[in-house]
Amino acid sequence: MQKRYIIPIVYILFLMLPIYWLIAMSFKTTGEILSGFSLFPQTWTFDNYRVIFTDPTWYWGYFNSIAYVTLNTVISIAVALPAAYAFSRYRFLGDKQLFFWLLTNRMAPAAVFALPFFQLYSAVGLFDTYLAVALAHALFNVPLAVWILEGFMSGVPKELDETAYVDGYSFPRFFFKIFLPNIKAGVGVAAFFCFMFSWVELLLAKTLTAVYAKPIAATMTKTASSAGYELGLLAAAGVLTIIPGAIVIWFVRNYIAKGFAMGRV
Amino acid sequence: MKTVNQKAWFFVLPVMLLVAFNALIPIMTVVNYSVQETFGNNLFFWEGLGWFEKLLNSPRFYSALGRQFFFTFSILAIEVPLGIMIALAMPKKGFWVPVCLVTMALPMLIPWNVVGAMWNIFTLPDIGLLGYFLNSVLGISYDMTQDPVAAWATIIIMDVWHWTSLVVLLSYAGLVSIPDAYYQAAKIDGASNWAVFRFIQLPKMKNVLTIAILLRFMDSFNIYTEPFVLTGGGPGNSTTLLSIDLVKIALGQFDLGPAAAMSLIYFAITLLVSWVFYTLMTKDD
Repeated sequence: MQKRYIIPIVYILFLMLPIYWLIAMSFKTTGEILSGFSLFPQTWTFDNYRVIFTDPTWYWGYFNSIAYVTLNTVISIAVALPAAYAFSRYRFLGDKQLFFWLLTNRMAPAAVFALPFFQLYSAVGLFDTYLAVALAHALFNVPLAVWILEGFMSGVPKELDETAYVDGYSFPRFFFKIFLPNIKAGVGVAAFFCFMFSWVELLLAKTLTAVYAKPIAATMTKTASSAGYELGLLAAAGVLTIIPGAIVIWFVRNYIAKGFAMGRV
Repeated sequence: MKTVNQKAWFFVLPVMLLVAFNALIPIMTVVNYSVQETFGNNLFFWEGLGWFEKLLNSPRFYSALGRQFFFTFSILAIEVPLGIMIALAMPKKGFWVPVCLVTMALPMLIPWNVVGAMWNIFTLPDIGLLGYFLNSVLGISYDMTQDPVAAWATIIIMDVWHWTSLVVLLSYAGLVSIPDAYYQAAKIDGASNWAVFRFIQLPKMKNVLTIAILLRFMDSFNIYTEPFVLTGGGPGNSTTLLSIDLVKIALGQFDLGPAAAMSLIYFAITLLVSWVFYTLMTKDD
């Protein structure tokens, strides 16, 4: 083993420590947590997890989060695909300006949009629905998806398009049968990013929901403040929010480095 | 070469409509509020640029802005060099590559409030792993709910924990795209490690580092949830960053006018700095 590997090893240990602590806490009883410091759970308990899996206010939070995240990913990719194709293949009036304007939305502080979004989505009758959160998250996910897909599409030679037209393919048939399979890694990575930023965002998701579409993260903050300080329960809920991300990331592991570079290496 | 084709507008139309609905209407709402005064009951009075004037003369705004810049530049100064260093030390192929990448990316997929809550549990002075270790084992007095320095150190380390991997992954993507022949040529020329880094690796990473710095700037400048959950802006106002202050005014006190004026200035600063970064770093292309 080479000496320089010590750097990534130490770094990964540093990353895992707080996660380990969260997992350890989730298996402790409230009594043990409050009675003092212990490195490992002294008496293992699954009560924290049992509460989450049996109480509908808890497990519905997970369904809600997954529902709006999925909806957001589908919407973002669906609208970003044609736009990214246009940016990667054609020059048109105002293309550069439009691209930068899209990116500026990625820069918008969510705090700025919280209140206007609340009023806008209440006015159109979407408040407290999955669609509201999915559309709101599209504000920053669509520009990102366009950016990533454009990077991957520009890596596909233009001759492919031309050959297909010469062979008599119509545009939709070319796009779905030939072009999409060529950039499927890019689509996967873009979907992964949409999932990621929608899954981790809380401020807008919380502002736009009350009961029926409330995300799991909001359930957690409510528990932290109302039911005293149930650290074990909070930790267990936290552990469960890490799992979907871990599963999704495993699927894109071979493309992740290229994906983070937006297909631009 | 790209062909000129105005019909391409039809392809971007769905994105245009969606983003316009999401961005233009709320921004116009904010602009609308920023020039009015309200006393509730949906009664509004014209205020002109009064809120902007007041805000630009208020010490509270400047101290939040100062804290925001301090936070953003601190984390950039730590995360960028650290990320490059880790990427350079990582294995280039083999079984451990996906393992490294997946474990490193994990913190980025944790909901932001869970990150805050997790670090809260981690740093509790009496029963948190880090807090207990510092206080009881090393004997360093550490309590971030009392001590502003400890609170600052904690939010900065939390952000380093959360986002350094972004820089690592981007730099790594740049590094693996360098053909082996470059390194062999450098070896024949007897180039030092520093020379290899300076003239081969760094130029190859330039593009991806641009993306990394831009993304890290935008996200850290807009950060809200993690420090809010971890410190709530305290102790006192010592870690009240710009967006925490903004949410306090907008949703806490419901002072719509001042909050809207602040939002616009906030957004303008983010745009301006991002644009400067963007042009400076892409100037050579």
